Amino acid sequence: MSDNFVEISDLHFAHNDHWVFKNINLRIQRGKITAIMGPSGAGKTTILHLISAQLRPQLGKVLVNNVDIHSLDQSELYKTRRLMGMLFQSGALFTNLSVFENIAFPLREHTKLPEDIIRDVVLMQLEMVGLRGARELMPNELSGGMARRVALARALALNPGLMMYDEPFTGQDPITMGVLVKLIKHLNDILGLTSIIVSHDVAETIGIADYVYVIADSKVIGEGTAQQIMNDKSPLINQFINGLADGPVPFRYPAKKYSEDLLL
Amino acid sequence: MITWIENLGRIGLQFCEHVGSSGVFLLRTIFRRPRLVRLLPLVIEQIYYVGVLSVLIIVVSGLFIGMVLALQGYNILQRFGAVTQLGQLVALSVVRELGPVIGGLLFAGRAGSALTAEIGLMQTTEQLASMEMMAVNPLWRVIAPRFWAGVISMPVLIAIFCVVAVFGSYLVGVDWLGVDAGQFWSNMQASVDFRTDVVNGIIKGLVFGVVITWVAVYQGYYTAPTAAGISRATTKTVVYGSLAVLGLDFILTSFMLGGW
Repeated sequence: MSDNFVEISDLHFAHNDHWVFKNINLRIQRGKITAIMGPSGAGKTTILHLISAQLRPQLGKVLVNNVDIHSLDQSELYKTRRLMGMLFQSGALFTNLSVFENIAFPLREHTKLPEDIIRDVVLMQLEMVGLRGARELMPNELSGGMARRVALARALALNPGLMMYDEPFTGQDPITMGVLVKLIKHLNDILGLTSIIVSHDVAETIGIADYVYVIADSKVIGEGTAQQIMNDKSPLINQFINGLADGPVPFRYPAKKYSEDLLL
Repeated sequence: MITWIENLGRIGLQFCEHVGSSGVFLLRTIFRRPRLVRLLPLVIEQIYYVGVLSVLIIVVSGLFIGMVLALQGYNILQRFGAVTQLGQLVALSVVRELGPVIGGLLFAGRAGSALTAEIGLMQTTEQLASMEMMAVNPLWRVIAPRFWAGVISMPVLIAIFCVVAVFGSYLVGVDWLGVDAGQFWSNMQASVDFRTDVVNGIIKGLVFGVVITWVAVYQGYYTAPTAAGISRATTKTVVYGSLAVLGLDFILTSFMLGGW
């Protein structure tokens, strides 16, 4: 078995005649937390969609558990997807189902477990994310952070080997952010998961990542351990990590001269 | 002139593309290994949302249309001394045309738009994508039950519409305007043929049910993931669904009158 759960090789992906990625190479090691970081619009979420075959690349290969995921037919793809869990940025809970039923959903769809076992599994998942008491609530009664924890419990219900987190910290208050950071690290360690975190929250992500990729301008502009990325002196990475307004990524959107605009 | 032809060609190609992709979408939705044990409870649940919740608007509309038809019909038939034919006039109008067409238009407006908005919102909030990620096909889990619920509900709703419309016309014609009840019912019974009138009405209902629900679920599934996108999709469902009902009604009627 390869050391890498996911291998992306020579990947090219275009959307609406615009190259999102040109020749990207990534390796996601088993059992580790890998962060994919970069400015907004760099295509971080797109990478997750390519890994899960929700999108198809124009060129290049994505191996998931040594299988070229884009060469699979639908039933094989669905089998492979059962190895993966994904935490969507919005949580993506089913709004017509309670917290309990949301987590029971994948179990009911993919297993023939009796109802009492489903109940036990759901309660275990909820206990893991600290929301056992919220099982009867509907998604619209949850805070943003609670919704993400429920979505996390649901994604883990079928014991995936690979967990993908799409901007898990965005829009969360500091307490919730701290809870999520701890939870992701804790679950990765105790369940032996392989995790990919896509985020632009530098401090939180770098704090728990074993390896970091920084993408911008359709390519990987830096990679290494958290320490190596923090010490990287290249202008683009430096601007991103330290949150500088100006640098290689300009503050201003290209426009004609201000004076010309005002005269019009 | 060249630009005009180019635009026309582009619109034509886009239309063909949409028809093709919606056809593939429908086939992918309905052709699958049958798993009735799973599908049946979902279809029954959706029949409640699509069908049962549409009953009120169908009953109220049917009642008033039947009453208006009786009022208008009585006034015209009175000129020819033929008020006894009121039952026949109302029954044939309702069963052959008004029931399926108005029922279809109401169904597109109430159930069709609700289906599109619901599926569109699920698409926008990534619920369908999360289902895909859980290795559950949304076409089978979300779209198919709603589609079959629409197809089953539509003929039943039209039947309810027709019954209530006839009852409404009875209230106005017999109870209010004084047409003889025996003549009202016996003329209706003598003139309405089960095969050519009732069955054809049900066939129309079934066809309208397929088309309206197909349009609704397709528009919802391919909604642009924005508020404006959902609004556009629901509008398209009502407009396309209504136009399809009116167009198909003409085609089906011409076949039915020709004796198929």
